[in-house]
Amino acid sequence: MSKRKVKTKMSPMQKKEAFMAYLFISPWIVGVLVLLLGPMIFSFITSFFDYNMIKMSFCVLDNYKRLFLVDTLAARSFKNTLWYACVNIPVVTVGGVIVATLLNRAVWGMRTFRTIYYLPSIMVGVGTYFLWMLILNPSNGLVNTILGFIGIQGPAWLSDPNWTKPSIIIMNVWGLGGQMLLYLARLQSIPQTYYEAASIDGAGRLTQFFKLTVPMLSPIIFYNLTIGIIGAFQVFQEGYVFSGDGTGNPAGSLLFYNLHVWNNAFKQYKTGYANAMSWCLFAFIMLLTLINRKISSKWVFEEE
Amino acid sequence: MSRIQKPHKYKKDRIFDTILFVILILGAVIILFPLLWMVMTALKTTQEVAKYPPTLFPEEFHFENFAVAWSKAPFTQYTLNTLFLVFVNMVGAVFVNSLIAYAFAKMKFPGRDFLFTIILATMMIPGFTMLIPQYVIFSKLHWVGTYLPLTVPAFLGNAFHIFMMRQFYRTIPSELSEAAKIDGAGHFYIWLRVMMPLVKPIMATIALVTFKGVWSDFQGPLLYLSNKAKYTLQLGLNVFKGRGFTDWNYLMAVSFLSMIPILVLFFCFQNYFIQGMNISGADK
Repeated sequence: MSKRKVKTKMSPMQKKEAFMAYLFISPWIVGVLVLLLGPMIFSFITSFFDYNMIKMSFCVLDNYKRLFLVDTLAARSFKNTLWYACVNIPVVTVGGVIVATLLNRAVWGMRTFRTIYYLPSIMVGVGTYFLWMLILNPSNGLVNTILGFIGIQGPAWLSDPNWTKPSIIIMNVWGLGGQMLLYLARLQSIPQTYYEAASIDGAGRLTQFFKLTVPMLSPIIFYNLTIGIIGAFQVFQEGYVFSGDGTGNPAGSLLFYNLHVWNNAFKQYKTGYANAMSWCLFAFIMLLTLINRKISSKWVFEEE
Repeated sequence: MSRIQKPHKYKKDRIFDTILFVILILGAVIILFPLLWMVMTALKTTQEVAKYPPTLFPEEFHFENFAVAWSKAPFTQYTLNTLFLVFVNMVGAVFVNSLIAYAFAKMKFPGRDFLFTIILATMMIPGFTMLIPQYVIFSKLHWVGTYLPLTVPAFLGNAFHIFMMRQFYRTIPSELSEAAKIDGAGHFYIWLRVMMPLVKPIMATIALVTFKGVWSDFQGPLLYLSNKAKYTLQLGLNVFKGRGFTDWNYLMAVSFLSMIPILVLFFCFQNYFIQGMNISGADK
């Protein structure tokens, strides 16, 4: 194409339209500048300062040194978060795909089943956390009572440091209906003829699942992974509510990275340090997202 | 061979479907049982809750527990506070994002595609990392302790909602707005009079997603509200429990009541909720 000058002068009509458009989007521009870009720059700068919201003094890399070399709680909180993310993301993803596949058949009462399976995902909030604290009560909670029927001595769940994070993941599996729904929507757009062709070629159900269903779902899986990574590394509320007061107890097993950030920022007023922590997490999540995107070309199946 | 395989296969299908049905029933029971447990616990006496082994159905149904639990803390006040926040956020989310999305979908202006790329990029920013600097800003403005940090941002656009609405606007043929333009209508008029009636479904979805988000928000109120009179329901609920609180019947009663509005909305507007799923996953 020849380099024609496309950007000639705008007509008064076009100018007026552009002006109106900027007026319409101005709230968003203000939002990005004030709630996003400004804060990002501010927090980046203050991460090099000893800052407590009132006075600040330059401390070069002290905050970062402290984070990587001194603060053992930070290391611990990162390990907790990493553990949680590494287990929660695969479990919920695989669970979501399996449940969606099961719900994609024309069985009697399917509409009701779909509603029931989706229901827990709208039940979010502190009340749901309390419900799970009750269900996972070590002595007479629902789960351990049922385990008792079949002769298994259940763990102390939310009071046993080894079982606190699995408890959260169990709760998340209960609420995976939201993800499931995205997979289900995609499954329903797969032409039935694909499956017929596969079964004529002699592919069994399992082969169909791995060679047809999973590749067709891969774009949604990729989307959920992206969202899941961002979400899992920001886990905060569960740790705060389940430990009762934000300490991350029992034995620091629920001290997630962001809970540690929160305590530093809003309890000890080490704002500069908390900002350094936030920036490291931000960089880490961005790195994972990039890697995820790079790898995706290897396994995400795009139609056309 | 192939001729006799067919009926055989149908039989296999039936067996498969039966197994599937049983699995689904089992799953449904597992999913619903905690809810039943919640309501049944709410109806028990404090003594019965602590019983071992636990009972499923209460010996006596204490329906008054709901009223008793509700009066143990100013929950009515908390609910009204929450509803106020929900309402303001809904108005902001629905109208502001709709206007922004309209501009991106239907208007021409220099830098449009670049700015839209920025919207997409901001969707990837982990919200928690902005929490502290935003708090600093709000505290310098002396907004901490008021509802302003929990409402004003709703009027400054939300990337997910803008993205969703823009997709919806783009499905509406441009002829409509072109015709109005020829008649001399301005863009604001077109948005308000021509487009608004057509994008009602997506507005309803955004409204519901916002309702769910604000109603269940815990982190925001926890950070910004310190005066008990301003507490939201989620915050009030958490404070109500406190440390070592053991009246689980009352706690479950209030917890269940706190879920009712969302449950009711869900059963009334299931389809809108399901549409909203596309964005609520990352909507924090």
